[in-house]
Amino acid sequence: MSSAAWLANKGRQIGTLLGLLLLGGLLSILSPYFLTVSNLTNVLEQTAINAVIAAGMTFVIISGGIDLSVGSIVAFSGVLLASALQAPLPAPIALAIGVAAGASCGLVNGLLITRGRLPPFIATLGMMSVARGAALVFTEGRPVSGFEPGFRSLATGRVLGIPTPVLAAAVVYLLAQLLLTRTRFGRYVYAIGGNEEATRLSGVAVRFHKTMVYVLSGVTSALACVLLTARLNSAQPIAGMMYELDAIAATVIGGTSLLGGSGSLGGTLVGALIMGVLRNGLNLLGVSSFLQQIVIGVVIIVAVLVDSMLKRPGR
Amino acid sequence: MIGPRVGAAKSRGTAARRPGGERVKGDEDEAAAPPALRMRGIRKSFPGVIALDAVDLEVRQGEVHVLLGENGAGKSTLMKILSGAIRSDAGEIELVGRRVEIEGPAHAEALGIRIIYQEFNLVPQLSAAENIFLGKEPTHRLGLVDRKRLNRDAARRLEGLGVRIDPARPVQELGVAQQQMVEVAKALHGDVRLLIMDEPTSALTASEIDALFAAIQGLTAQGVAVVYISHRLEEVERIGTRVTVLRDGKHVATHRVGEVSLAGLIRLMANRELKEHYPKRRVPRGEELLRVEGLRGGLLHDVAFSLHRGEVVGLTGLLGAGRTEVARAITGAEPPAEGRVTIKGKAALLRAPRDAIRRGVGFLPEDRKTQGLVLGRSVTENLALPSTPRLSPFGWMDGAAEAALAAREVQDLRIRTPSLEQKVVYLSGGNQQKVVLGKWLAAEMDVLVMDEPTRGIDVAAKVEIYEEMNRLTAKGAGILMISSELPELLGMSDRILVMRRGRIVAEMDAAGVSQEQVLRAALGQPA
Repeated sequence: MSSAAWLANKGRQIGTLLGLLLLGGLLSILSPYFLTVSNLTNVLEQTAINAVIAAGMTFVIISGGIDLSVGSIVAFSGVLLASALQAPLPAPIALAIGVAAGASCGLVNGLLITRGRLPPFIATLGMMSVARGAALVFTEGRPVSGFEPGFRSLATGRVLGIPTPVLAAAVVYLLAQLLLTRTRFGRYVYAIGGNEEATRLSGVAVRFHKTMVYVLSGVTSALACVLLTARLNSAQPIAGMMYELDAIAATVIGGTSLLGGSGSLGGTLVGALIMGVLRNGLNLLGVSSFLQQIVIGVVIIVAVLVDSMLKRPGR
Repeated sequence: MIGPRVGAAKSRGTAARRPGGERVKGDEDEAAAPPALRMRGIRKSFPGVIALDAVDLEVRQGEVHVLLGENGAGKSTLMKILSGAIRSDAGEIELVGRRVEIEGPAHAEALGIRIIYQEFNLVPQLSAAENIFLGKEPTHRLGLVDRKRLNRDAARRLEGLGVRIDPARPVQELGVAQQQMVEVAKALHGDVRLLIMDEPTSALTASEIDALFAAIQGLTAQGVAVVYISHRLEEVERIGTRVTVLRDGKHVATHRVGEVSLAGLIRLMANRELKEHYPKRRVPRGEELLRVEGLRGGLLHDVAFSLHRGEVVGLTGLLGAGRTEVARAITGAEPPAEGRVTIKGKAALLRAPRDAIRRGVGFLPEDRKTQGLVLGRSVTENLALPSTPRLSPFGWMDGAAEAALAAREVQDLRIRTPSLEQKVVYLSGGNQQKVVLGKWLAAEMDVLVMDEPTRGIDVAAKVEIYEEMNRLTAKGAGILMISSELPELLGMSDRILVMRRGRIVAEMDAAGVSQEQVLRAALGQPA
């Protein structure tokens, strides 16, 4: 590939990265505490959960869909995982239950969309309410708290000085990146998002692969719920509220088009980091949480605005 | 107001008129009346390409000026400059002797320039009348739309074009030809000086083309200048007054129609001799590949036919005769209610395209942009898509094999692309169509069902696709080719099937048949 074509392809990702560096630079001037190891580690730990959810969301959005149920799946999988741990079941089995719960919610989403022909927005909006309700019913609205130190070390532990949630997110991104760029499944996700009918006519089992995309999103939500539950030492039925918006924002800031067919996990990761750094920075600067919402909203809009303005000229 | 007055009386039976004497008069007039349009030294470059290089174009009042050129020759860019969609880097434009700077689409319209694009710009859910007056609806005093007047004015304008269309009907319920007429009617509001038509006949049947040409001649009789872009060379002689050929962004020649033969025009466009239009090579017919029996459901009534190795079977009929439905039924794109399909001697249940592909039946759909390609993805990914299962053992993409496959097709089909990573949306129409063909060549199908395989692409690309069809049949594949272009159908098929109202009404040997015979069968006229 010529360097010009490479730049055109990667330009968007580089732009997002520059945005992140610019933000980091600005914050390191404004707050002496920002550029410390302990703060940056903290940012990474806080970003890990959103980043993991956003990885699944990236697949969904590239395929031309949307998943509004991820936050509720975090809560639903979380309470099942927590109850299994307190039963007590061995941690690996409890983890499997949590992940299976997320995958099942995703499977229902996928079947409603592909077999029931519901728009993804509607199917996952319904699931958002159902999974949240199920978590509340299952726990009677009460949090499930207190776990073995072994399980909690998933959030508190360090490997070679790196916090385990950060490591977990890195592994998720590595695997997701391989899945998206090196496998048949990844090719089909892009193709379906780009032109579903042309893809179907090329012999691709579109409905199966689309369903799997939502299962994947359910699984990444469940993985995020493991990190969250371990960190809080508690699973709350009201956990994960608005997580869907954070995940969508990270994906979109990262350059994935809501129209489907294009996008990258690298971009999403940077998008999630921008969200994390921004929140952290605003906290350090003592900006009120009310004002923070406004700033974050403006950043999302500006990022996408700049993107669409850069794309307009040419062809 | 020119639109509503276009005379229906003028349009009758004048399609084949060759106003030879009038042209001479036109030449004399040149000094007196300034041309409707004069473009001088127009330049436009895009990153990496010079789309137009000092192009001149002069269009006289009342003439149909045909613009010819391969895809990528610069026709569309030139027209986009005229319509105000883009601005030229350099050059002058004069309208009726007056120097103008076209600032944007609204300004172009105010100057009396109208353009009808190949892809329709109609709102499918709105009625014909609502589309015609979109944004210019006649209103009551209170600002509400005056429906009665809307429908009446629309009906008058459509009648002026010599067509009968219920103006209150939603456009999505109209046929393609009727939609085309709605587009023309929509363009004819206000003072029209210059009407640009981009491939207006690509979706029309012969009789519909007659009606369109009659309407065009009605307009030119009133002094409207028409720029007519087409890939159908036979139309140059029928409708054109003068013809300009562009090649690689440069003006090559302008001639009066009749001065240069069709072969001469092709030479000018391609700058190389095309030995014959249809390089058909016949190969001995082999074993039966595909047998279709009792296909029913939807439009179709009891459709039956067979296809053998080494054979090109042409399938034609008027629009709506059921040709595309047959293609979609036997490729699993839209399984029929009833019917038996036998592939290579084995009964095949085709519930989805992949069922057909697994048995070696590939489908090149009619519309490459909505059905044939994933426009936003690369040449490589598009070429590899149907072959992906083979390229990904255990689900893992073999990147090297994928790249090799793409490189081979790009080379074999001479697909013009700056790189294998280029998104296909940036390729020209002919090259896009080659990518669609390449997908199925790479997937090594035994049967290819091609629905209008050369629609809207330039002559050179057409010939290359025909050559590829020859290579396929020589290797023992069978091709079912759906086409509305009779010369192509006769030129490339071994056998011809004619459909009418969901049935196959005639089967003919392509060698001993005339266009007229095929057309009669399609129209249901006795031979």
